Amino acid sequence: MSKRAKALFLSLLSLVVSLSFAGSAIAASTGRELNMPQGVTEVSQAAYDIHMIMVWVCTVIGVGVFGFMFYVMYAHRKSRGAVAENFHENLVVELLWTIVPAIILIVMAVPATTALMKVYNTENPDIDIKVTGYQWKWQYEYVGEGVKFMSELNTSSDEIYGRAPKGEHYLREVTQPLVIPAGKKVRFLITGNDVIHSWWVPDFGVKRDAVPGLFTSAWAKTDQPGIYVGECTELCGLGHAFMPVVVEVKEEAEYNEWLAGKKAEAAEYASTIGKTWTFDELMVRGEEVYTRSCASCHQADGKGIPGVFPALKGSPIALGPPEGHIGILINGVAGTSMQSFADQLSEVDIAAVVHYERNAWGNDVGDVVQPVDVLNYKQNQ
Amino acid sequence: MAHGPAKGIGRWLFTTNHKDIGTLYLWFSFAMFLLGGFFAMVIRAELFQPGMQLVKPEFFNQMTTMHGLVMVFGAIMPAFVGLANWMIPMMIGAPDMALPRMNNLSFWILPFAFAILTSTLFMDGGGPNFGWTFYAPLSTTYAPDSVNYFIFAMHIMGASSIMGSINIIATVMNMRAPGMTYMKMPLFVWTWVITAFLLVAVMPVLAGAVTMMLMDINFGTSFFNAAGGGDPVLFQHVFWFFGHPEVYIIILPAFGVVSQIIPTFSRKPLFGYSSMVYATAAIAFLSFIVWAHHMFTVGMPIAGELYFMYATMLIAVPTGVKVFNWITTMYKGSLTFETPMLFSIAFVILFTFGGFTGLMLSIAAADMQYHDTYFVVAHFHYVMVAGAVFSGTAAIYYWLPKWCGKMYNETMGQVQFWVAFVGFNIAFMPQHFLGLAGMPRRYADYGLQFADWNMVSSVGAFIYGGAQLMLLFNVVMTIRNGKPVSDPKVWEGAEGLEWTVPTPAPYHTFATPPTVK
Amino acid sequence: MSTESSYYVPEQSKLPIITAAGMGLIAYGAATWVLGGTNMIFLVGMLIMAAVMYKWWSTVIDENMRGLASHQLKHSYVLGMLWFIFSEVMFFAAFFGALFYVRVIVNSWLGGEAAFGMFDNTPTDAAVANNALLWPGYETQWPVMVTPDQAANGAAAQFSGPEQSMSFPGWDRLLQWLPLWNTLVLLTSSFTVHIAHTGLKNHDRKKFVTWLGITVALGVIFLILQAEEYIEAYQHMGLTLESGIYGTTFFMLTGFHGAHVTLGTVMLLIAFLRSLKGHFTHDDQFGFEAAAWYWHFVDVVWVGLFIFVYVLA
Ligand code: HEA
Ligand code: HEA
Ligand code: HEC
Ligand code: CUA
Ligand SMILES: [Cu+2]
Repeated sequence: MSKRAKALFLSLLSLVVSLSFAGSAIAASTGRELNMPQGVTEVSQAAYDIHMIMVWVCTVIGVGVFGFMFYVMYAHRKSRGAVAENFHENLVVELLWTIVPAIILIVMAVPATTALMKVYNTENPDIDIKVTGYQWKWQYEYVGEGVKFMSELNTSSDEIYGRAPKGEHYLREVTQPLVIPAGKKVRFLITGNDVIHSWWVPDFGVKRDAVPGLFTSAWAKTDQPGIYVGECTELCGLGHAFMPVVVEVKEEAEYNEWLAGKKAEAAEYASTIGKTWTFDELMVRGEEVYTRSCASCHQADGKGIPGVFPALKGSPIALGPPEGHIGILINGVAGTSMQSFADQLSEVDIAAVVHYERNAWGNDVGDVVQPVDVLNYKQNQ
Repeated sequence: MAHGPAKGIGRWLFTTNHKDIGTLYLWFSFAMFLLGGFFAMVIRAELFQPGMQLVKPEFFNQMTTMHGLVMVFGAIMPAFVGLANWMIPMMIGAPDMALPRMNNLSFWILPFAFAILTSTLFMDGGGPNFGWTFYAPLSTTYAPDSVNYFIFAMHIMGASSIMGSINIIATVMNMRAPGMTYMKMPLFVWTWVITAFLLVAVMPVLAGAVTMMLMDINFGTSFFNAAGGGDPVLFQHVFWFFGHPEVYIIILPAFGVVSQIIPTFSRKPLFGYSSMVYATAAIAFLSFIVWAHHMFTVGMPIAGELYFMYATMLIAVPTGVKVFNWITTMYKGSLTFETPMLFSIAFVILFTFGGFTGLMLSIAAADMQYHDTYFVVAHFHYVMVAGAVFSGTAAIYYWLPKWCGKMYNETMGQVQFWVAFVGFNIAFMPQHFLGLAGMPRRYADYGLQFADWNMVSSVGAFIYGGAQLMLLFNVVMTIRNGKPVSDPKVWEGAEGLEWTVPTPAPYHTFATPPTVK
Repeated sequence: MSTESSYYVPEQSKLPIITAAGMGLIAYGAATWVLGGTNMIFLVGMLIMAAVMYKWWSTVIDENMRGLASHQLKHSYVLGMLWFIFSEVMFFAAFFGALFYVRVIVNSWLGGEAAFGMFDNTPTDAAVANNALLWPGYETQWPVMVTPDQAANGAAAQFSGPEQSMSFPGWDRLLQWLPLWNTLVLLTSSFTVHIAHTGLKNHDRKKFVTWLGITVALGVIFLILQAEEYIEAYQHMGLTLESGIYGTTFFMLTGFHGAHVTLGTVMLLIAFLRSLKGHFTHDDQFGFEAAAWYWHFVDVVWVGLFIFVYVLA
């Protein structure tokens, strides 16, 4: 390449770069795929607005700064015969480019502050929901209503590992979404059970860390019913990418109906706990529970991951008396990621999964573990 | 004093010569760069498509963690220490570093530390899988056993950094040639002393953080456990008190390099030398008081959030001063665009771009959306890869002729630059969009809506990786059969003591100190 | 700035890489050891370190005696020591910072109170919820005698606080309060090391050696008293590393301080032994001065400890 052609190439490319910066700013302001969502709450709107202000401020400064730079690169090239001058100080411009950016920042601090005040305005909520992060699922508790449930990923591992085609809602579907009413101020009290997770719903502008042992709070109020999907955004171990947040906003009446249904469900369940299950019924249900709640650590084949998660296949606990096994599920193992499942699984599910583990993968204990056994264990504690 | 290097391998193992040690540091860091880059390639290959294809999630987390750790502690920091070793004595007219034996010790700790760190990958339960920020309790109660090896590796790595920095401080304060007053020192030296102050101040805090982890894991203390009255967030405060200055530790020497190169190829003195020095000091000072901008979502009281937001925004001012000074240095110069200059110009542009996204991140309300998404990943690769790595590459092309007396092939240099520049932007520009659209970081797998940009990003990353192999090739070719140069100045516009000694630089420079007018 | 015409750049040396290998072994060995494995690797590393450090110091001393060390090199050593002490200051800063954070901020939050009480007395929603939903019954207190775990879970708690704290026991029991004695011992020792220094500067070798010896003795006394205090804590007060955040911060701060006193005492002891051999002169005393600076630093840390760990409760 000749010197001249090279220089031309250089300036052209620079132009392309600067245009693409400006272009991406513009693209960011239009395309939903590329930009932060505006969302459906006051908070998400505030975040979006301040985000756009920043994008534009930076774009303008950037175009100015880079524009000047490209001009210099074009005009003061040696190949064009430029001869270097020798100045190296100028108090006035140096002061100017210290003070002007400072002023710009001070001005920007104003909307930034008001936006943050909105984020922090958690007072006087209509509903309190306790959100607890578990490895690797969420628990939602309607404080004071006696309703709580787990919300887990509902995408099969076949889809994840490419043994089945990926569905439309790949990694964006859960067993039970959080349901909240439209038009009410909902306050989320967020905490963690084991490690730090982070509960994020982009369309609400809510992202708060779920710190074990301490609460953080956030709020949302929206008039738009619909389904909003978010994610866990704090690295929490191997299932970090597999614990989505799904929130369904329902009209108030529908919500009340739903809540009443939930309460009834809980009452009904309590009455069926005494039923005696057959060996095979328990195996089927147990496998379901196992795949959903246990396989992420102990693996589908029960062999665990050496050094991290013990194998259940052939484990003395699984082969020993059922009480020990039930006990581990109910109490967890303190200081390890083997959490207590007492709050997460019903007696039936605990019985089923224990039964399954005792009789799957060649663990042929052969006995049957009934929900009552679990209930008795709990009561004897 | 011996006059030439010793023979054989002993030269490298037992050396006290700043140039030898600089060379060791540079090769070591390059090896680590390839290793860390290889981990990045695993990450990008897995993220090429949605679904888990190549690795399991638990291994993916180890890759992310090791990539961050190896790049930051193994590649970038030692690279700049290597440059400091080579250049600072030559720039200030000193015969060597102030404490030559300790200098060798600082280096040799690193291979041991990284051998321990990488060996964890082969242990039961795998290596560190909790991110390079190793937040408790994922890194304490829930960590694999190998975390203990990680902790002690960090300890000795920190000791190495502290000794290295003390050496640099002592050299600069005590070894300048007569007449080399502070305000005559080249900017690279200035940025490095300030960096060394930062290191001496914050590496011990990192040591404190890992020590607290060690105690929580093995001895029942409750620093990071609310049940005992501690707080997991305490870890983050301690970590970021180290971690934020750390990112300026990475970038300040890079500023120094660029401040040497731009004047050379503009054939014009650096504009605003003294304001550059003050700006560097201001950045260093501010870096101590902004750490919690990494923690806007942990639920700090609003007063804390506002304070950290304002303080962080302020950093744009001194950084802006630097950017404006570089551009004004070019203004009315006589510019040529050799490879080092190309990398430096790309540095200024892309770093500034990364700085802008940094400023956006500092706005707490917006950061609630950006935090822990790929937007942050894009931000820090713009400042660290297009910042530190680009300037490091510029430094290699710029000083290589001085070091080995051979000139690199300009065409190959320029080709490498363009491949790197294009590959870099294809790899990391789309990550901004991914982040804004909602893709969290440290995800082994993602929803289908993110598929397109991830694929683009991976392709770019492979191109950029290829550019690094070209760099290696260029350097090796130059050393083996580059065109010899003997002009002490090498570059027409170069100024400074290091360009007064013969090319290639003799084993011992300045046995008697030169006098600086 | 350089004033002399030549600077001593040592020949090649095997010491650094052996030291590095020793450190590597210590790191690897320590990890193996805490994991319940062999402690041999660690011990071998320690042995190598001890040997190589001995050799290294003697080399430096020897170089000094042979007159190789110029003023400029000595100044490099001085700078090295000062910045090393600064790095130690920062190490302690991390632990003091942790203490302030848990005492002032976390403790209030866990008890459902406002964290920044001095600016705003209304607790945040999150703080209220902490106390209402997570740790019912926990009350903000320092020293933490009842941990949040204990308050909420009673006997099932994993963390239970100590039965007694190390704080000021009341005027009537002042004289049985060990920390006070420790403070007196350390403050005195800072003073005695200073006297030794003046002795050295005034060519009074006897004064120098005597007072240096006294300083070493005081350091040892301090360590004995501290061991006494720990034994008391573990055996009679239920105060251990495991007793919640109070035990944690107490032992970590005083423990690291104690480790530094040990190191300082060793440094002074070496200086003492060297002084018996007549190594220091009024204008060449870096080895001693370095130890003395270190000693003053350790002393200042203690004052901080005394105030924030023992007195202000
Ligand atoms: C080399 C390293 C480097 C550098 C230099 C920077 C520079 C900056 N960074 Fe960055 N940052 C990182 C490395 C770096 N960062 C890393 C590694 C992380 C992630 C860590 C992790 O979580 O793993 C991170 C994360 C990070 C966060 C946390 C994000 C989150 O996790 O949610 C924030 C938030 O405030 C931030 C802000 C900034 C700011 C304001 C600057 C400023 O210094 C930028 C200043 C520069 C400019 C602004 C451009 C030039 C100025 C002008 C041209 C003047 C005029 C301009 C205006 C007035 C607008 N950074
Ligand atoms: C200065 C430090 C530095 C540098 C230079 C880089 C360089 C690169 N990084 Fe980065 N990165 C970090 C520091 C750095 N990184 C940090 C701190 C994190 C956060 C970690 C965490 O979350 O804890 C991170 C995280 C991070 C992520 C997010 C991971 C996640 O969240 O799960 C990604 C994903 O794309 C990524 C990609 C890359 C790529 C493609 C490069 C490329 O620039 C690398 C180019 C180099 C090479 C490729 C080597 C040369 C070539 C070979 C060895 C041969 C093999 C090559 C081929 C097969 C082509 N990095
Ligand atoms: C987050 C990871 C994780 C999940 C999910 C998990 N476990 Fe575990 N489990 C562990 C770990 C870790 C241990 C080892 C604890 C220890 O160190 O003793 C363990 C131990 C056990 C043991 C004792 C095995 C032995 O031999 O010591 C049983 C039984 C068990 N788990 C059953 C289950 C069941 C049933 C489920 C699902 C309902 C489940 N686990 C879900 C991590 C998990
Ligand atoms: Cu839970 Cu990430
Ligand atoms: Cu930062």
